[in-house]
Amino acid sequence: MVNENNISIATIWSIIETIPDPEIPVITLKDLGVIRDVKIDDDNNIEVIITPTYIGCPAVDMMSMQIMQELAEHGYKNTKVTKILSPAWTTDWLSEEGKKKLKAYGIAPPNQKQIVCTPDLFQQEEAVQCPRCDSYHTKMIARFGSTPCKALYQCNDCKEPFDYFKCH
Amino acid sequence: MSKQHASVTNEHKINYILYLADSTLILSHRNSEWCGHAPIIEQDIALTNIALDLLGQARSFYQYAATLIGNNVTEDSLAYLRIENEYKNLLLTELPNDDWANTILKQFYFSVYQYYLYQQLLNNSDEQIVAIANKAIKEVVYHVRWSGEWVVRLGDGTAESHQRMKNAIENLKNYIGEMFIAADFETALQIDVNNIQQQWQEKVNATFAEATLPLPENIFNHTGGKNGVHTEYLGYILTEMQYLQRTYPNAVW
Ligand SMILES: [Zn+2]
Repeated sequence: MVNENNISIATIWSIIETIPDPEIPVITLKDLGVIRDVKIDDDNNIEVIITPTYIGCPAVDMMSMQIMQELAEHGYKNTKVTKILSPAWTTDWLSEEGKKKLKAYGIAPPNQKQIVCTPDLFQQEEAVQCPRCDSYHTKMIARFGSTPCKALYQCNDCKEPFDYFKCH
Repeated sequence: MSKQHASVTNEHKINYILYLADSTLILSHRNSEWCGHAPIIEQDIALTNIALDLLGQARSFYQYAATLIGNNVTEDSLAYLRIENEYKNLLLTELPNDDWANTILKQFYFSVYQYYLYQQLLNNSDEQIVAIANKAIKEVVYHVRWSGEWVVRLGDGTAESHQRMKNAIENLKNYIGEMFIAADFETALQIDVNNIQQQWQEKVNATFAEATLPLPENIFNHTGGKNGVHTEYLGYILTEMQYLQRTYPNAVW
């Protein structure tokens, strides 16, 4: 058993913040910004608060399991993961470090959140940069990609098709 | 406030949340029928992504309803163990997909409805309803844009795609009104259906104008879904969707 007095919020954070995202394993849950809070009550019960990127994102259940498992491996058994919806996750919570890792992995990181989130048809995002050759001369192929959080783009210069982590 | 009044309010709230959950679940299920069948893979993925978003909304609503109902009710028992006349979904959501045009138009009508409905729900007095609406509306925006762009593309496309959109408009015209005819639970929760209808109509008018499509002549409305009276199609959907839980009770993955 872990000595009660030793449980600090910082320790718990340090254990869970390196857990990789189940769908994009090059970034961590911390990079993604889905871990919202860690709480420890007087009886040393640990509660980790997470929020889904998209409401139907099936990765959330996986994330909860990984968090519980990782904590258990470090000797913390009285843990629970609580899912909250509010405040709603936004790509603005993605860390700068995370954006760099995404780009290196071949996924264009999200642009700064902007005003495209209106229901007007045929809007274009501001220029999305090709993660391979850095050209801004790119086009959208499909609004939905391999996971809910991505759209499919293609570079007009190097011709590479790529995922864009769409602003949300 | 009397105790009796409080419990009536709670029942209306549960019914309203189930209405939102059922409508999103059933349309999600219909959309998932396209998996592996859409005309091109990007659109197959788009529609299954939308199905996933809707399923996520449905789960959030069912989970919330389950906490209000108590008695060991869970999101799964609500989805898998209620029968047809307990389902409160809009008739529009249970209609067969038919062709691509019909699928698109169904989605467009529903997404535009959801968009303005959720905007209204952002001001609801119930914190959890606000949280779900606030989360979901960001995704619904994508659904509106995706389906709306297809309405324009097909309507203002070839002679055949134009004709198919016209057929879809004809097919669905009697299922629009139900969205804007308040059920008891909507009245009780002070949902302003007229306001939603007005904004819905403006968006549809503008999109149809761009798509060179005629507006539906709406002279008759099929209703009943909100109160558990459905078309013959819902039974088939539930039969397929609930088969596993009915045949192997409490089976888990
Ligand atoms: Zn390129």
